[in-house]
Amino acid sequence: MSRIVGIDLGTTNSLVAYVDEKTGLPRVIPDRDGHALLPSIVSFANEGVLVGAAARRQLVRRPESTVYSVKRLMGRSYEDVKEELCYFPFKVLPCEGIVKIQIGSREVTPPEVSAIVLKSLKERAEAHFGETIEKAVVTVPAYFNDSQRQATKDAGRIAGLDVVRILNEPTAASLAYGLQRIREGVVAVYDLGGGTFDISILRVKDGVFEVLATNGNTHLGGDDFDRALVVWLLDDIREKHGVYLGRDLEAMQELRLAAEAAKIRLSADERTALTIPFDAFTYHREITRSELERLIERLVDSTVAPCRMALADAGLAPADIDEVVLVGGSTRVPLVRRRVQELFGKTPHSQLNPDEVVALGAAVQAHILAGGITNMLLLDVTPLSLGIETLGGIVSVLIPRNTTIPTNARELFTTSVDGQRVVDMHVVQGERELAKDCRSLARFELSGVDPMPAGMPKIEVVFLIDANGILQVTATELRTGKAAAIEVKPTYGLSDADVERMVEESFAYAEADVEARLLIETRNEADTVITHVERALAQGSHLVAADERRAIVEALDALRRARDGSDRDLIREATTAMNHATEHLAEIMMDAALKGALASRRAGEIMEK
Amino acid sequence: MDHFEVFGLPRRLGIDAAELQRKFYELSRRGHPDFHQGAPPERQAEILEASARLNAAYRALRDPIARIEYLVRLEEGRDTREGATVKPKAPPELLEEMFEIQEALQDAQASNEPGGLAPGARETLGARRERLLARYGEEEARLCGPAERAGVIVAFKESLAVRAYLRTVIDDIDEAVGEAREGYVSHRRH
Repeated sequence: MSRIVGIDLGTTNSLVAYVDEKTGLPRVIPDRDGHALLPSIVSFANEGVLVGAAARRQLVRRPESTVYSVKRLMGRSYEDVKEELCYFPFKVLPCEGIVKIQIGSREVTPPEVSAIVLKSLKERAEAHFGETIEKAVVTVPAYFNDSQRQATKDAGRIAGLDVVRILNEPTAASLAYGLQRIREGVVAVYDLGGGTFDISILRVKDGVFEVLATNGNTHLGGDDFDRALVVWLLDDIREKHGVYLGRDLEAMQELRLAAEAAKIRLSADERTALTIPFDAFTYHREITRSELERLIERLVDSTVAPCRMALADAGLAPADIDEVVLVGGSTRVPLVRRRVQELFGKTPHSQLNPDEVVALGAAVQAHILAGGITNMLLLDVTPLSLGIETLGGIVSVLIPRNTTIPTNARELFTTSVDGQRVVDMHVVQGERELAKDCRSLARFELSGVDPMPAGMPKIEVVFLIDANGILQVTATELRTGKAAAIEVKPTYGLSDADVERMVEESFAYAEADVEARLLIETRNEADTVITHVERALAQGSHLVAADERRAIVEALDALRRARDGSDRDLIREATTAMNHATEHLAEIMMDAALKGALASRRAGEIMEK
Repeated sequence: MDHFEVFGLPRRLGIDAAELQRKFYELSRRGHPDFHQGAPPERQAEILEASARLNAAYRALRDPIARIEYLVRLEEGRDTREGATVKPKAPPELLEEMFEIQEALQDAQASNEPGGLAPGARETLGARRERLLARYGEEEARLCGPAERAGVIVAFKESLAVRAYLRTVIDDIDEAVGEAREGYVSHRRH
């Protein structure tokens, strides 16, 4: 059997891993520079597409064409996500079905963006092994619904990968831990990532990892912590400097990145400082861990209810949990750890790197599927109840949540009018009584029913949820035993034809070649320098003599001209000359800023006393 | 093949939970699709079907109440829950109490009081809820207690029905009172 890799397609970062045949242990594959994490960011440029760290560097420079956190949009409709669109600098179009993102004159869907990230990981793995990689296990949040899972599978297809298994992230983590750390018993996996939260309760025994219950929120994660901090900073900036930056795309990206970095520092430090140079002023602010905790407390607390529901569904009390495992970068936040410890009354495990553990588990599952491991088995569940809409819009549940998968349910359908040849059904997922409150998955149309009096035809429909947690539907006319023709209209998904077309089009989004990428990066650096110089001239040109000012303006013009051309060496020379011309001004301004910062810090200390 | 036959067990109420789990893990190890990825497509479809059947059987048998419901259906020769010819009835005195409570709930909710309930209604409903919960426990004890197959099916059916009615009305009260309190029974044990 050909090689299968494990991929963690994360909101913030993605990774690829495999099981080392010699040691039997999973390992992450780093990129050429030794980095394991690939930022899940894609930047669209005329020269080609940038992925990962290169795309991350475009966030501030090209906010409208740089897409991040696209996992929050996977398998979703415009209605689902419109509330949070104000936080995204790229444009999401209002439309029926799945959301589309507008990049210049093009439209791309979330699976296409994810496909670009997957392709980059595929190529990384191919470079590592020196062979073509065609199969992968890709992880998703356990609480992902059918549409979100299907969207992830589609992303794989567009990237040229056969996704042999969609694996739940918390269970993947338990496999990675199970290989080396967990003894037998009942395990709770608390997984808080960049954009999603999952809780899974498992029983581990004799190498079998049986999921008892799962719950979560596919719209809660570190991104929301950053947003809470950004909103607070926006208020603070308005108060201090009298400007509202909420509609300035570039400023918002600077703020978001600064907030994220400050949040990360506050996991280790009690206090930290933010310094962000804007066009008209430089913003400086100290923030303490307890201030951050006040901002995110409500978000962290909202993970407790899903944990309690998962426990109730598993028929267990917190005291029945033997081990607690932390997964996802956001579990580094001390407040999160405290809440988990309070809830379960025991110190959680976090020995394995929470950023890597899901990818490692995906590699373990890939190895199981490839036949390399035979003493471990994962039995997962479907996170949401599956039902069909009946008369009056009421949902009739066919497969309750937390049923072990694969699982199936059979239902008999008939006609209600004489001679009726087509029978419709509406399949939904969720826990609410009314279909309109649940997630619409698809409408199925059974056609070719022989014309008969109403109620005579007997069509048996089998709803099967496979080991990926994805629904498959088949129908048989019981009298004839013939398979009935069934047409699926996914409510928030891509049709096969869509996916085929996207596979074709994906070549248009090929990653920029080395030459093009270097040109983009050089231009990018020049743009950053130009912005900084413009800012410096606006704020501090009075600090230097007239001829020095003239030299700076001339160097700036030269750099602008070079930047618009495509001679990389020329741009780099002009950038160096620019830096040289502004060295003195930069020094003077740095001194002034430091004085200002110290003054405000002193003021802050006095205020606290 | 019925759920008992899947595990090679005799058709009976008393099943050792640990033994059932051991068999479930053993059969999963043998037949799970994960271990048959290289099989031809037709064989894979069979494996998937068998795996779904095993999971359904385990689900139906591991929970004592679900096991009784399933056994009652088997004894009556029905395949699905919907196929019941005669819906089991709850005793008249219970039905009467149910109607009363439903009415009280509607009145309480229509009262437009701040907090949603009329003064005193919360206490009255709470007390009723406690009584119903106690009765629920009794019925469950009757279902799970030692019993022999033949004569108890009728009694079981009645208990299952009473228990289901009680569950519904307790849930309604919970919704009105606005909190799921101790004694919460998750829907897994329907």
